Amino acid sequence: MSWLLTLPLVLPFLTAVAAFLTRESPWGRMVSVIGNVLFLGAAVLLFSHVNDKGVIAGQMGGWPAPFGITLVADYLSAVMVVITAITALAVSAYALSDINTRKEYLGYHALFNILIGGVTGAFITGDLFNLYVWFEVMLISSFGLLVLGGSRAQIDGGVKYVTLNLVSTILFLSGVGLLYGMTGTLNLADLALTIPELENQGLVTVVAVMFMVAFGVKAAVFPLFFWLPASYHTPAFSVSAVFAGLLTKVGVYALIRMFTLVFDQDIGFTHTVLLWVAALTMITGVLGAAAQNDMRKILSFHIVSQIGYMIMGLALYTPLAIAGAVFYLFHHIVVKANLFLIAGVAERIAGSTDLGKIGGMYKTAPFLGILFLIPAFSLAGFPPLSGFWAKYVLVAAALEDEGWVIAGVALLVGLLTIYSMTKIWAEAFWKAHPEGTDPTLATLTAAERRNLLLPIGAMAVLTLIIGFFPQPFVSFAETASMQLLDPAAYIVTVLGETAK
Amino acid sequence: MEALLAISIGVLVAAAVYLMLARHVLRFIFGLVLISNAANLTIFTAGRLTEGMPPFIELGQVAPDPGVANALPQALVLTAIVIGFGLFAFALILMFRTYTTLGTLDSDEMRIAEPREDKS
Repeated sequence: MSWLLTLPLVLPFLTAVAAFLTRESPWGRMVSVIGNVLFLGAAVLLFSHVNDKGVIAGQMGGWPAPFGITLVADYLSAVMVVITAITALAVSAYALSDINTRKEYLGYHALFNILIGGVTGAFITGDLFNLYVWFEVMLISSFGLLVLGGSRAQIDGGVKYVTLNLVSTILFLSGVGLLYGMTGTLNLADLALTIPELENQGLVTVVAVMFMVAFGVKAAVFPLFFWLPASYHTPAFSVSAVFAGLLTKVGVYALIRMFTLVFDQDIGFTHTVLLWVAALTMITGVLGAAAQNDMRKILSFHIVSQIGYMIMGLALYTPLAIAGAVFYLFHHIVVKANLFLIAGVAERIAGSTDLGKIGGMYKTAPFLGILFLIPAFSLAGFPPLSGFWAKYVLVAAALEDEGWVIAGVALLVGLLTIYSMTKIWAEAFWKAHPEGTDPTLATLTAAERRNLLLPIGAMAVLTLIIGFFPQPFVSFAETASMQLLDPAAYIVTVLGETAK
Repeated sequence: MEALLAISIGVLVAAAVYLMLARHVLRFIFGLVLISNAANLTIFTAGRLTEGMPPFIELGQVAPDPGVANALPQALVLTAIVIGFGLFAFALILMFRTYTTLGTLDSDEMRIAEPREDKS
């Protein structure tokens, strides 16, 4: 069954090669879309198999675990691969009209698909060093995408993004080395079995904190998030959208994976630290957003704030809370990528994303207004949109666990999120355009309207579906949470029946 | 031998942190090279040092003798060096472009993406 696991991994890289070879022809951009359609198909196949049969694992190169590299998909991994494919497809369709031919010639579509391949690899690997390699694949392609075009703001943001992410990578690598020195294995399932038998549990906690900091930088949690609002508003809108949707979430995924499977020895310490980090991340992110006056900068700070909710779910460490975190991950990727895509259309028709320079779009482009309202209110947690259920599950889990403070923080931050979203609404859509022009969608060509609005509409519909029919999604999240908290199935699938 | 390597890792990290705290971004990059080599040495040392026992399989045997050096940490370090080299090359080119585009490598003056608020 290992072709099910390798297919979603191979397809993005094949697409990248094909897109690079055809980058000078008008077909180059279609290659990326077609590749991502196939990738979505492969992801859905993987998910339906995991849904029917449970966790699956494949040993690469025929070396049995724990000696070779293992690919493994449990519920969480499979869901993340599907949502990666949905985002990749939406963004690659949007890029048809968003990326100019110069950026295409420089290899935008190839880099984009390598990035998607790296993200997928990080989600389905079962080996710690392999996870490091996928992080690097992701990083180097994201560096390229971020500075592609080479404007002054991009270079400036790029320096901060590159340097801080490299530091986190080195910390991650040192942690891998020390963990290998202590346990003699790098297979995640094997680590879960070996670590409880170690004599010096204090050292394990030290290494756990190294991983917490390394993944914390990637996930952009307080106080390690400064690279994110410094860089995410500078590149092309499709790049912003895919970064906002996927990159920080890989950090969150790695935190969830490591701190449920491997580092669950000293929960009293590690998860208390995570809880504080979660509360401070939510608050600083939302306050930072309130101070900004540019659509993309506001949305960037909101990524930080929303990451806090997911970390909160992990930190509470109850079945319901982890289910909330998984649901939040899923909902957030759709909503956040969509908001950045909408900001791109707003800039196209109104000329800027600076709230002081635009306005009047509700009168002249009401359709875009409605498309904005759906993800914006979902982000803020309005019932019955997807964000409401995500926040509801998390707050319910916090109250169940008697975490009054964190529940209060989560609710307060939700309220402040409404403030930022209504600010964008009031400035960009409600007030009259400062220069008296009427920004309308009619200024776009028919092809541009189709390419830009179709992905936005599709993702808004997905938000509505999650909002109106949350039950199947909550049950997915609960199953994923059960597997994370009781990883016996994961370990047996990777190492074989003898492992128990 | 472990003590010697541990001390050199410590010195490398100390020098790297000193360089990385500088405002000049090129110094930061040099610090990054030092600290990435410290990380490589950490992996190498954490994988146990074995002297004079190369991991060879004797002719006619199917497994090496017990007690030979562990080859895996060295494979990991090799991978990390290759990746680190690629990233370093990218970072250097980025610095060069930064200098030609922005005209400075002083991080205090790099405020194009996040301009200072007007004090007026």
